[in-house]
Amino acid sequence: MNNIMTIIKKELARFFGDRRLVFTTVIMPGLLIYLMYTLMGEGMMKQLTTADDYVAKAYAVNMPEDVKMMASSLRMEWEDWDGNPADKERVLKEIEEGEKDLLVYFPENFTADVEAYNMENKAPNVELYYNSEKSNSETAYQMMQSFLKGYEETMVNKYDVNAGMGEGVFGKYDMASDAGIIGKMLSGLLPMLIMTFIFSGCSGVAPESIAGEKERGTIATLLVTPVKRSALALGKVISLSIIALLAGVSSFLGTILSLPKMMGDEVDLNVVSYSISDYLLLLVVIISTVLVIVSIISIVSASAKSVKEATTMMAPFMIGVMLISILPMLGADIGGKAAYAIPLFNSVKAMAAIFGFKTDLVMALVSVGVNLVATGLLVTVLTKMFDNENVMFGK
Amino acid sequence: MEELLQVKGLRKTFTLSAKQQKLENTKEKVKVAVDGLSFTAYKGEVFGLLGPNGAGKTTTLRMLATLIKPDAGDAILDGASVVSQPELVRSKIGFLTSELKLEDFFTPNYQFDFFSGLYGVKPEVAAQRKKELFERFGIDKFAEVKVGNLSTGMKQKVSLVVSLVHDPDVVIFDEPTNGLDVLTAKVVTDFLLDLKARGKSIIVSTHIFSLIEKICDRVGIVIAGKMVTCDTLEAICAGKPLEDRFFEIYEEKVGRIDE
Ligand SMILES: Nc1ncnc2c1ncn2[C@@H]1O[C@H](COP(=O)(O)OP(=O)(O)OP(=O)(O)O)[C@@H](O)[C@H]1O
Ligand SMILES: [Mg+2]
Repeated sequence: MNNIMTIIKKELARFFGDRRLVFTTVIMPGLLIYLMYTLMGEGMMKQLTTADDYVAKAYAVNMPEDVKMMASSLRMEWEDWDGNPADKERVLKEIEEGEKDLLVYFPENFTADVEAYNMENKAPNVELYYNSEKSNSETAYQMMQSFLKGYEETMVNKYDVNAGMGEGVFGKYDMASDAGIIGKMLSGLLPMLIMTFIFSGCSGVAPESIAGEKERGTIATLLVTPVKRSALALGKVISLSIIALLAGVSSFLGTILSLPKMMGDEVDLNVVSYSISDYLLLLVVIISTVLVIVSIISIVSASAKSVKEATTMMAPFMIGVMLISILPMLGADIGGKAAYAIPLFNSVKAMAAIFGFKTDLVMALVSVGVNLVATGLLVTVLTKMFDNENVMFGK
Repeated sequence: MEELLQVKGLRKTFTLSAKQQKLENTKEKVKVAVDGLSFTAYKGEVFGLLGPNGAGKTTTLRMLATLIKPDAGDAILDGASVVSQPELVRSKIGFLTSELKLEDFFTPNYQFDFFSGLYGVKPEVAAQRKKELFERFGIDKFAEVKVGNLSTGMKQKVSLVVSLVHDPDVVIFDEPTNGLDVLTAKVVTDFLLDLKARGKSIIVSTHIFSLIEKICDRVGIVIAGKMVTCDTLEAICAGKPLEDRFFEIYEEKVGRIDE
């Protein structure tokens, strides 16, 4: 017990004594993720949205009076144009360059043609000229298009389905709560992010700490002391878990803090309110997950001859962990309850449930139990490896 | 005389990789490094393993320190078997060989405390011991310099001191003076004699005759993994310098050296 503590203390002293290591494994991932997602989010917003109070500038040719009346509710400033081909170039250039946003061209006898329309003759065509590269123009185009669809419906209207602002006599048509929708999104995304962060946190330190000690011959100095190999294995796994957890928390904070910026207006994170017990359960699940991942990476590192080899050997495991963590994104409850018997996959499922507001306390605790048993087995394997001269000193 | 260590038929083979076969210029897949080695060392004595390069000295000492397991045979060290009680053996010995490295990142001061902790030495005792050993080997001035920044000789002295944090009764040193200048080498040999005077038992391996002549009570000559002779220094030398006797024994057992 004492020896485990001594080894943990040394590992942590080694890690925290090295400012560069702390910066690259703990601080940088969170910071990078925050900056990257924030920039990405802002970039996307700039592309997709126009300022809310923008009034689009549009030309109208032959616009019927009743359409004009109804269109006055749109955020558009209309300018009539007679459609004289002599001015065509000027008008189109204005739209191309973004001075004007839209040209709406009605055929000359639009109203009469519409009334005369039956299956035999061609329907009159309203033409909209715009520039999809300019977000203001694109927005004006979308706005006008849906306006004209609506106008068409009023002309032949017999009945509506779910008319109005998404609410009927009994309240909202779509019963999904805002929180439910966001929960669904987060339960697909966050488990994967968390698993990835934990893994990269571990793979930043474990190869140094185990393969590195082998490579430099410092592990031999530990092995001639009377310290039990199991104490050595546990000490390594626990200290590496602490470091990996810190790296994971940093990345997680970076993600959570940048999420509102990345998702823009669609996500009102205020509706995402998990309870304290949800957070606690999440933490316990995460800790058990970290232990399993660190144990796996430690075993991989112990079997490698050098840090470089360890890092290379890590790749397939990284891909494996990524694969099982994107499964919840596919939506279906893969594997049902039996799947909770699979280490790591059970963490992904348990986390997805918590983020989706469907916390299943029993299954989450089962996952933690399974992961702890798996950690125990893996640490036993690691102990055996520390006791095996071919693994420790093999060339 | 009380027996300290009984080595009984120790054998160790290594499976050579293709690369190692090339390096050693051999077609054999298996290298017999130690071939049925037996000897006895006594309490309070200095026992020297003498042999040419590749004789199997380091391999033998690594088995005694339980870093590697013998293919056959056993050694009983102060009542503990290296095969069945490796942890007990490790707690009794201080082992030094060039293979054991210290982490560059930490200072000698930190290393001493860390290893004292692992051996379960009480902090007050460890502090006192650290002061004495650091002064004796001139480490005190470098106590706060990271090991990575120390000279090779100073690193070796720190390794030596670290192997003694628990004041073991049995000291096993592999080539303790290799790579040290004459002054530092003298500090180490004098220190070994001091240990002996304090009743410690010492086992050293070396190919340096003068070191054996200076400190050893009993010598075992190892050639090609086998114990060729093992007796008191006087009995082996029989009035001649050790070096001359070594060549005589070598030619008698192996054949002419220039052949
Ligand atoms: N891990 C290993 N793999 C393969 N061969 C080995 C290994 N360790 C030692 N040997 C071989 O075993 C033989 C004995 O090696 P050992 O290091 O014990 O010799 P030594 O007496 O200490 O020599 P030196 O005086 O050069 O240190 C040598 O031929 C060496 O090449
Ligand atoms: Mg040697």
